[in-house]
Amino acid sequence: MKSNYIKEAWLVIVLCLMFGAALAGVQGALQPRIDANKLADTLGQIPTLVPGAVSGVPETIGALRTFRALDAEEREVGRVLAATGQGFADRIELLVALDREGATITGLYIVDQKETPGLGDFITKEKWRAQFAGKPATEPLSVTKSGAVRPAQVDGVTGATISSEAVVAIVNTAIAKWRKEAGTP
Amino acid sequence: MSRTDPTPIERFWNGLLPENPVYRQILGMCPALAVTNTMEGAVTMAGAVLFVLTCSNVIISLIRPLLKPHLRILVFTLTIATFVTIADRLLAAYLYNMSKQLGPYIPLIIVNCAIIARLEICGSKQSPLTAAADAAGQAIGFGIGLASIATVREVLGFGTWFGQWLGWRVIPDTSPAVWDEWVVMILPPGAFLTLGVLMGAVNWIQASRKAKTGAAA
Repeated sequence: MKSNYIKEAWLVIVLCLMFGAALAGVQGALQPRIDANKLADTLGQIPTLVPGAVSGVPETIGALRTFRALDAEEREVGRVLAATGQGFADRIELLVALDREGATITGLYIVDQKETPGLGDFITKEKWRAQFAGKPATEPLSVTKSGAVRPAQVDGVTGATISSEAVVAIVNTAIAKWRKEAGTP
Repeated sequence: MSRTDPTPIERFWNGLLPENPVYRQILGMCPALAVTNTMEGAVTMAGAVLFVLTCSNVIISLIRPLLKPHLRILVFTLTIATFVTIADRLLAAYLYNMSKQLGPYIPLIIVNCAIIARLEICGSKQSPLTAAADAAGQAIGFGIGLASIATVREVLGFGTWFGQWLGWRVIPDTSPAVWDEWVVMILPPGAFLTLGVLMGAVNWIQASRKAKTGAAA
């Protein structure tokens, strides 16, 4: 009986192993290049995320990838946190920027996402991301569908509740981690 | 059976127009609507499909004596998924901006029925050479379909053709905005309108040709 299964399915098993090895090879060969692209994308976004910033310097704090945002005189004007978390379809990779005191969010940028086209992909749109600028970084943000009234509320999008909440959860986690690692209250 | 199988050249030619995936088979409608607001999107998608379809069709053709009828769809999907993932990684590495712009539509090539249809119709039945010719013809035909829609949408929506890569302006900057700023063309409804009008035109040409040859005979 058992050998029957093998006889039927050996091709699938062999193909799985071969394709798996091929994918591992491709991933291994291309990952450095993809990471370099994402880093360039991130560094290019920092001036739009932190007011006054012209460049960024990577700095890893504990397990958290961050970037010090510097102005033209190399003074630190803010901090950009790189964070990843589960979205509706796949992992969402984003950047959240804080002002120098770490008290206010100054911007949000989505580096990588595969949310449902036409529904969840609104998270990449400037119009939705803009509302994060000016939100407090001192308390966790929450998603509302009835129009944000309190400062720590963010407008979700109907039909894409999970995508909205995923982004907010990733932002909250990143800021909490940053507080813990950097030792700021 | 093998006497009536199409030759590689026939397979290639059929994919371009007579059996065009977009206009004649009406397959792959999702990308045809979703990524055609710029020529760059259309060409990148067509290129990714060319890569995935050629590789999958040839591989399936090579292993076709080993295929078991009830497991063939599984093997097709496995093969397509592998090459789609490779295409996705290649784009992220070498065409990062296009990879971001197309987002999930590249991974979604996995579910493009135009591809699995070719594996079933040609790859699993004919030689690797025929399979490669078939894949090239179908993918180029798919590219013609996408590019025709994207041409209408990008020219009317942005006034450019290959605007991001080559910066070609088709409608001069000085012309009134009403000529080249049809926001609807960039948005999803523009895709449906364009596809409908173009498909109508293709069918009308086909019908009037048929009528002519019919009258001559």
